[in-house]
Amino acid sequence: MRALSITALILATPACADPSVEVMHFWTSGGEAAALGAVRDKVVAEGVIWTDAPVAGGGGDQAKTALQARIASGNPPAAMLMLGQTITDWAAEGMLGNVDALAETQGWDAALPQAVKDWTKIDGHYVSVPTNVHRTDMIWASKAAFDKIGAAYPTTWEELNALAPKFVEAGIIPLAHGGQAWQEAYMFEAVASGILGAETYRKALIDLDDATLRGPEMVAVFAEMAELRRMVDPNAPGRDWNLASAMVINGEAAMQIMGDWAKGEFTNAGKKPGDDYACIPVPKAKGDAFVYLVNSLSLFTQSDPDLIKGQEVLASAIMDPAVQIAFNQAKGAIPARTDIDLAAMDACAQATSVALKTNDAAGTAVPTFAGTHAANAAVVGAATDAITAFFNSDQTPEEAATALADAIAAAR
Amino acid sequence: MASTEADFRTTLQNWLPKLVLAPSFAVTLLFVYGFILFTVVLSFTGSKMLPRYDWVGFENYQKLFALPAWTTAITNIAIFATLYIVICTVIGLMLAIFLDQKIRGEGVLRPIYLYPMALSFIVTGTAWKWFLDPGIGLQRIMQGWGWESFTFTWIKDSQMALYTIVIAAVWQTSGFVMAMFLAGLRGIDNEILKAAQIDGASNWQLYRRIVIPLLRPAFLSAFVILSHLAIKSYDLVIALTGGGPGRATEMPATFMYSYTFTRNQMGIGASSAVIMLMTIAAIMVPYLYAELKEKKA
Repeated sequence: MRALSITALILATPACADPSVEVMHFWTSGGEAAALGAVRDKVVAEGVIWTDAPVAGGGGDQAKTALQARIASGNPPAAMLMLGQTITDWAAEGMLGNVDALAETQGWDAALPQAVKDWTKIDGHYVSVPTNVHRTDMIWASKAAFDKIGAAYPTTWEELNALAPKFVEAGIIPLAHGGQAWQEAYMFEAVASGILGAETYRKALIDLDDATLRGPEMVAVFAEMAELRRMVDPNAPGRDWNLASAMVINGEAAMQIMGDWAKGEFTNAGKKPGDDYACIPVPKAKGDAFVYLVNSLSLFTQSDPDLIKGQEVLASAIMDPAVQIAFNQAKGAIPARTDIDLAAMDACAQATSVALKTNDAAGTAVPTFAGTHAANAAVVGAATDAITAFFNSDQTPEEAATALADAIAAAR
Repeated sequence: MASTEADFRTTLQNWLPKLVLAPSFAVTLLFVYGFILFTVVLSFTGSKMLPRYDWVGFENYQKLFALPAWTTAITNIAIFATLYIVICTVIGLMLAIFLDQKIRGEGVLRPIYLYPMALSFIVTGTAWKWFLDPGIGLQRIMQGWGWESFTFTWIKDSQMALYTIVIAAVWQTSGFVMAMFLAGLRGIDNEILKAAQIDGASNWQLYRRIVIPLLRPAFLSAFVILSHLAIKSYDLVIALTGGGPGRATEMPATFMYSYTFTRNQMGIGASSAVIMLMTIAAIMVPYLYAELKEKKA
């Protein structure tokens, strides 16, 4: 019996020699899993074996730890969902392979906006394949709440601040907020893009210019954060972001500042953009800006030709226009490709995609800070400490700007 | 022939326990002490995302103690550990003494108090998170019952959130401490107590002068167990407050995890782990020393 099973094992081994691809990711929520399913179906249809390696935990921290363990044991997955500077870090470690030949024949250079290429084409090589782009500087507004006080959606920060007392009077919480450190970091970058404008945003949060971080512009950002701090209900600390979205959905709160992954919550609740809610960018005081986050699957170097084939099929599947549409309908983001027809997608996605194209051309598309594109994890972590400390205390904006600059200087 | 067989059996008997223990010994040696050593080495290197072996001396330790987040973490653990150990010991001792009064239904009461220990800290943390949440828990119920002015918002308050962790942790472990004291109480020789009663000692004097001093070993065990539970507190904090509001309830263990694994500052993370190990060692070594000395004597 044992001899038989060993023989079976030996016989079974060559069967693994079909092209295969192992994908490590943290897309485990309903919409995310459905989105990845679109890619998987395409890959499986090409005759490639798909091995799913999900590591639960929305922000991907647990997945990152699992990846480090895999790398340390010399067994990297074929593809891994990673964000921003993590990709550049692994590329610098020499761990990532590329699909340059495929990108060349399929003309990726023309299909992708510069903003996306910055995070997938590292040192001239496509080490990562983009699935979607998220916009993080968004306001999700309840139409019912705005109708109740008879106000229009805010286009300036002053208008937004002036709305707060009216909402309170009408028994509506002005701002739905989930009081977790990472959510406050995303709120901060949205406010920063609006108050600073693209150029100063870059100077402060990408170049990490100390004078700008301590300067009056940053104090103004925290002053607006202080306004928002007052619009939040006392029960916010610790709340998950989707519960905050639910408060907007059922009209308990008027607005939420959150990346466009929040749209999935509205869609799942059967709400329609325009009729039930509005998705608008945060007010921009100094010219247009667009804060983006790129999701992509990075490819770790493989030597087995079957695994390399698997990576190529995966890359090709992700970039397929139909898959990009199906993926992003499920995930609530916009396709990474800007050269495809979006008629099938909702009004929110169409508007965001147009905004990406214009901002990319104008050079006002800036990478997310909280999502570790603009700076590395150490800097973002330190800055998040300062931001969340400010939001959960009665620190003054001046103190907060100093604390932020100090924290970033110490973490560099 | 018979004698060689007997020899073989004795040899086997001598070697068998060692053979059987060898794998677990090797595994412990590698995965506990080996990795402790690895962490110590890492704490002196400039490791960021992956282990790297470039020697930087005490730089990580200097950076660590300059970080405001670390200061918060060690202040929090000092407050938490003190309150947790003292309150747990006092409540545990009281429960044990009350249960020791030969009361009816002790067999039912004892497991009820002990039961929270059977839950994981994650369950405790989640349950208390809901219970203490002003929007759904205690406050809402009290207000719903008509006590409109009742407020209890500690868990949402940066200044008070730490104490909610103390509440949940005390609830979880004081029953266990009670069991330890109860075992100690049952171990006390009745003759001594009777002798004291004949001498006219009051109940209060009996406990203060005789019983509690005799419980010294139980106090020591309780202290050691509670202090290491306090220092490694991670899951309870994550489940109850997630380190928030803000970073108000950050502990050394949560600090270590985030710096090592999510912020790519493995060197600093490792140095914080070493500091935690040294703190535990500072408590455990005198205890082990005292224990071993007593056994020899």
